[in-house]
Amino acid sequence: MKKLLVAVGLLAATYYLPACKSGPKDADIKTEVQAALSAQPGYMGVSVEVADGVVTVDGEVADPAAKSGLQSRVESVKGVKSVKDNTSVAAPPPPAEPVIAADDPLTKGVADAVKDYPGVTATVNDGVIALSGEIKAADWKKLKKSLDGLRPKKTDPAGLKIK
Amino acid sequence: MALQDKYRELLDTAKTAGVSNFQVIERDGVLYIDGEAPSGAVKDQLWNLYDKIDPNFLAGDVVMNVNVAASAPGTKAKVTTEKSNLNIRKGPGTDQPVIGKAAHHSIVTLVSKTNDQWWLVRTEQGEEGYAYAEYLTPEA
Repeated sequence: MKKLLVAVGLLAATYYLPACKSGPKDADIKTEVQAALSAQPGYMGVSVEVADGVVTVDGEVADPAAKSGLQSRVESVKGVKSVKDNTSVAAPPPPAEPVIAADDPLTKGVADAVKDYPGVTATVNDGVIALSGEIKAADWKKLKKSLDGLRPKKTDPAGLKIK
Repeated sequence: MALQDKYRELLDTAKTAGVSNFQVIERDGVLYIDGEAPSGAVKDQLWNLYDKIDPNFLAGDVVMNVNVAASAPGTKAKVTTEKSNLNIRKGPGTDQPVIGKAAHHSIVTLVSKTNDQWWLVRTEQGEEGYAYAEYLTPEA
């Protein structure tokens, strides 16, 4: 009799236990969470693990906005019980660099620009145009526009006497 | 960011005036301002503001490369030299031979813009060559 009870119990366990665990399987949840995240920008560098409906997200998100939106996006997936957010925010990309002309084209461009202003000498060194001599204020305004258009690192008028 | 504060009025004006591809980079004590102005008047306005904030540009802490949006080929431009004629050269550079002259205040036709400094133009006499863009003012 006892044996029979045990057998019935085992049978019941076999049939009913999976049923108790209602809702989607972990593997399905993982697929859904991955899909939900990849639909949004900023989650390229994350990995997702699911155990008993508990989702753990690791890796790097692109920015703070992606981080703050992570919890709700994962929770919205059916079957998710809780979310462990272990992600970190990636360092922001370095700011854009100014485009500086190489010395050769810069020297040529500078020679063209100062040609019409006798009395002005310009030298180019490592992207910096250093000016010397004398120039009228009105002419200097024109010349500065031309020089800045050549993409120097700096237009240095320290040696220039503006009349 | 100190330079951006110093030139705040200039930067704000550029934005409200509709300068496109507007880019401001501050690096090693120099503020690089790039963009395309919708008109020559806007470009002049920006340079006037720059001159107001830093009279005669003596601080040397700005490199401003704001061009007027490219004029279409076929645009007419006036030769705005002080009083002399404008050299028309074989190639873009003062080392190139002079192949013709465009008279002071005459009108040339823009063929193409080689770069911001040199434009390929055709004179009223039909000579084609390169002229220094600073002395050409596109007609509206």
